[in-house]
Amino acid sequence: MSPVLPILSLAPKLQLLLPEMVLFVGAVVVAVRGLSKHRGARESLPLLTILTLAGSIAAVFVSWTPSAASDAGLLLPNLGRFVKPMIAGIAMVLVLLSIGTVDRQTEAVVARGRRAFDPQRVIRGEFYAFFLFSVMGAMLLCNANDLIWLFLAIELVSLPTYIMVAVGGHGNRPQEAAVKYFFLGAMSTAVFLYGFALIYGATGTLELAAIRDALAAQAASGGLSTLSILGLVMVILGLCFKITAVPMHFYAPDVYEGAPTHVAAFLAFIPKVAGFLALILILTCVGWSGHSFLEPDGVRIAYNGLPTPIAAILWMVAVITMTLGNLGGLLQHSVKRTFAYSSIAHSGYMVIGLIAGPAAGIDALLFYLLAYGVMTTASFAALAALERKGEELNHFSDIAGMRVKHPVMAWMLAVSQSSLVGMPPFIGFVAKVYLFIAAFEAGHVGLVIAAVLNSAISALYYLRIAIMPLVAPPSARSDEVTLVPSIWPRVAAIACGTGTIILTLVSGQLLSAVRSSTAPAQPTTTAMDGRASP
Amino acid sequence: MTEIWLAILVPIAAALGLAVSPARHARSWALAGTLASLAILTDIAWQFPAWKTGTYFPSTDAVPWIAGAGIGLSVGFDTVGLLMALLTALLMPLCILSSYSSITERVREYYGWFLVLGSSIILAFAARDAILFYIGYEFTLVPMTIIIAVYGGTERRIAAIKMFLYTFLGSMFMLAALLYVGWEHRLATGAWNFDIDALIATSVRLPSSTQYWLFAALMIGFAVKVPLFPLHTWLPLAHDQAPTAGSVILAASMLKLGTYGNYRFALPMAPAGGVELMSVVAILSIIAILYASLICWVQTDAKKLIAYSSVAHLGLCMLGLFSLNPVGVEGAVFYMVNHGVSTGALFLCIGMFYERYHTKDTEVLGGLARRMPVWACFMVFFTLASIGLPGLNGFIGEFLCLGGTFIAEHDGQSGYPGVLGPWYAVVAGLGLILAAMYLLILLGKIVWGPLREPHDEHAAHAAHAEHAGHGHHATASALGADLNLREIVTLAPLAIACLWIGFQPKPMLDAIAPCAERMLAHYPANVERHLHANETAVAATTAESSGDTAVAATTATPSNAKGEAR
Repeated sequence: MSPVLPILSLAPKLQLLLPEMVLFVGAVVVAVRGLSKHRGARESLPLLTILTLAGSIAAVFVSWTPSAASDAGLLLPNLGRFVKPMIAGIAMVLVLLSIGTVDRQTEAVVARGRRAFDPQRVIRGEFYAFFLFSVMGAMLLCNANDLIWLFLAIELVSLPTYIMVAVGGHGNRPQEAAVKYFFLGAMSTAVFLYGFALIYGATGTLELAAIRDALAAQAASGGLSTLSILGLVMVILGLCFKITAVPMHFYAPDVYEGAPTHVAAFLAFIPKVAGFLALILILTCVGWSGHSFLEPDGVRIAYNGLPTPIAAILWMVAVITMTLGNLGGLLQHSVKRTFAYSSIAHSGYMVIGLIAGPAAGIDALLFYLLAYGVMTTASFAALAALERKGEELNHFSDIAGMRVKHPVMAWMLAVSQSSLVGMPPFIGFVAKVYLFIAAFEAGHVGLVIAAVLNSAISALYYLRIAIMPLVAPPSARSDEVTLVPSIWPRVAAIACGTGTIILTLVSGQLLSAVRSSTAPAQPTTTAMDGRASP
Repeated sequence: MTEIWLAILVPIAAALGLAVSPARHARSWALAGTLASLAILTDIAWQFPAWKTGTYFPSTDAVPWIAGAGIGLSVGFDTVGLLMALLTALLMPLCILSSYSSITERVREYYGWFLVLGSSIILAFAARDAILFYIGYEFTLVPMTIIIAVYGGTERRIAAIKMFLYTFLGSMFMLAALLYVGWEHRLATGAWNFDIDALIATSVRLPSSTQYWLFAALMIGFAVKVPLFPLHTWLPLAHDQAPTAGSVILAASMLKLGTYGNYRFALPMAPAGGVELMSVVAILSIIAILYASLICWVQTDAKKLIAYSSVAHLGLCMLGLFSLNPVGVEGAVFYMVNHGVSTGALFLCIGMFYERYHTKDTEVLGGLARRMPVWACFMVFFTLASIGLPGLNGFIGEFLCLGGTFIAEHDGQSGYPGVLGPWYAVVAGLGLILAAMYLLILLGKIVWGPLREPHDEHAAHAAHAEHAGHGHHATASALGADLNLREIVTLAPLAIACLWIGFQPKPMLDAIAPCAERMLAHYPANVERHLHANETAVAATTAESSGDTAVAATTATPSNAKGEAR
């Protein structure tokens, strides 16, 4: 691994970055094209965004070769092969959600001829460019091999979202939400940047592989140093913001409620994926084999756990997050706030996968992320497909008796909620089963019991949202609900809703795809061996 | 195996066809789908080679689905599963027929969900993979919740939500327990596998304390479904609010998923736990029998009365199952089928007069035999079957359940564990007397005596207005008209089944017997272990591991151990 010319070591890295390059070019084109005088050119922006995302998926498969992956010096060299198409695929649906919302007023005024087109007043180009940048950040995380890269990638995910929240809709509420989101996000960034600094102080390096070796050396000589642990804890806490986990979850209900629905759907998925990817990478540096031991009789191999302080913190994060999320969900009267609490609760479940660790736990986490992305996008999409007097739906009475006028959306809402609660045969069930299996495999029966109890609690509010559109009589508010002019949010809802069933049927294949993506590096690369496969 | 999948998928295909065709054809689609499923299952039963062996057929290995987690799409019947699936398939077309006049709004959805419900239940009875079973078991909740919440009575939403939450909470524990056994299987063999037999083979080797918790977790899930006292409170409300056909399937098939789950999972998987907790379950069952019977006695709502009688009857069924000897288990399984037939029929009867009078209040109605003699004949017939009149189907099951309880005493001779005995049987037997009492009182009130009808225009209108909102229009059946041909066709097959099983119980009992033996296969070995553990509790800590191996050895050859014990 010591190339003669530095540029040679860069080549495989660049090769793996082809999808991000596609996204970057697409983002620039979209940003410029958004300023076009021609209405058709501006209308084509979502299509262009989707094509860019499709191109990046193709680029993943074109650029990925085993040799390039193993020569890029990554901790989990194959991770991007599953995660990048997943991110781009769900992002394509998220684009559908946003069609017809950004610049709706401005474009309507221009179309009626009240005002001439003014490039300074439209933001659609910027919106989709930021959209692509944020997706690009999430993808870049798969290729991170040092802390600086990791930090920049996470910030690339977050910074565009602050703007997207503010400009994606109209009125004051999105801006208020954006300010809240920005300040709290900045605080969390400070926390985990501080954590990075402490880790650098404790290990003397920024490279993830070197940090891993340094931490392993510390563990071998009597446990991690206080500085390392402090740094890791700060990093975990900071990243809890991205994954909306306790104690950094509190912004989620306000921001999701204030943000336009399509942006809320984006927030519920892309930053969460980014946060979990970063956590996977950081925890891979720590290693799940720090405390491996055999029981005296030698029959059972007890689980190889994280170092105790880290494990304890993640335990608390998992249990408190799922419990708080679900209890919070029970108390809401706003659909979007309920979705926010549901998103918090699901983060709690997913942290179980982090605690369980490789291979099953990480696999289960990635699988769960995909399932969660599909089902949560379906629920937001069903909401985004409808409006009431030009405003987004939010209150429970808006969706009461929805099936009378909008039966398909009512059913999609019911399907997505059934999947979120973990009802077979939807994908949420398979994801949950696989997560529980992973937790058992790692010996965390307590976490399974906590998750089981929480699933039962969550049934209450999911059932409410599922049943209310189907059964309750229409209210005065829900009588005024109409479909949004654009057909695409409906298409997105139907695609994701049926996706929750179709993905179940192919879950065997998905699982093997996930497994191959988290497989350790090829044995040819000397730097990777040993640790990842105990 | 293809044929079984066909029986499951044909109703779903019919539901899809129904969804795209006009509403007036919905009933025909539903009837065709359910009849086709019944025909396929009848054919399976006709050719079924494993009636006498108690084993699964087809016995082929798992069809991989989620291969990485050992979850397969393998289906197959043993006698018990096949009987329960047949019962479900028989009741489905009758339920569709019974809904012709009572469901007038959102017709397509109703029949579509009914078809899905039937498929889901049959899938649960046919599954050979624990996760596949769970999928069928749990998914029944979705159509049933919708059927109750949309087509039910005035408190339908509360009833539906309560049913969903109770059952969901219970089954989450059950899922966790099944996954735990799967994990133990992986530890033991190195591979994930959720094949039911493989799981049982693993779990009977677990230490007693683990089995205890395993049994408790599985039991929570199944006890909610049965329902066992004190987890039964969702049932009367759900039955009361459900439309007639929903009540029929709920009582006849969905509750049986609970007892079937005990038969298939809880008892064979955790024999040590079963032995440990059998007296607890038996006492809860007896409380259920007596308590529910006493409630029935003072119940003035005919439908609620039948619902509580279900609680009592299934208490008896559980008692038979937990007597843990072949007689009791045979009786319990037999009773599962018969309760489905007779209680299903009773709900149909109640539904038929409800459709005419829009009240189920036994204080308002009376002497209906004068108005509806044919209906009265059926009502009396099914009530007698439910009471357990010898010659009809209920009698044999009840007798065997009580008989099994009576001899379930550990005397060292039967070879089966037992802490129950005559006293349990005597107290539970009081339930039979009470059952005769409350059911005959019901008959006396609504069938015989002077004719009492809600003549009062006002009351009739009020009742009408109350129910007009959700699909119960009094258009189809005029006040007090006797059964029409459709309704007679609905009830007649069940009456024939009652008579046939009552007079010819032997073929079915013979078919159930090997299954009962097979389920109890791990018990004789375990009871020795259980007693052994009690005797040597003081000195045993060091010898435990060797003792476990010894027990594992005896468990591996249960037939030998049983032979010796006998």
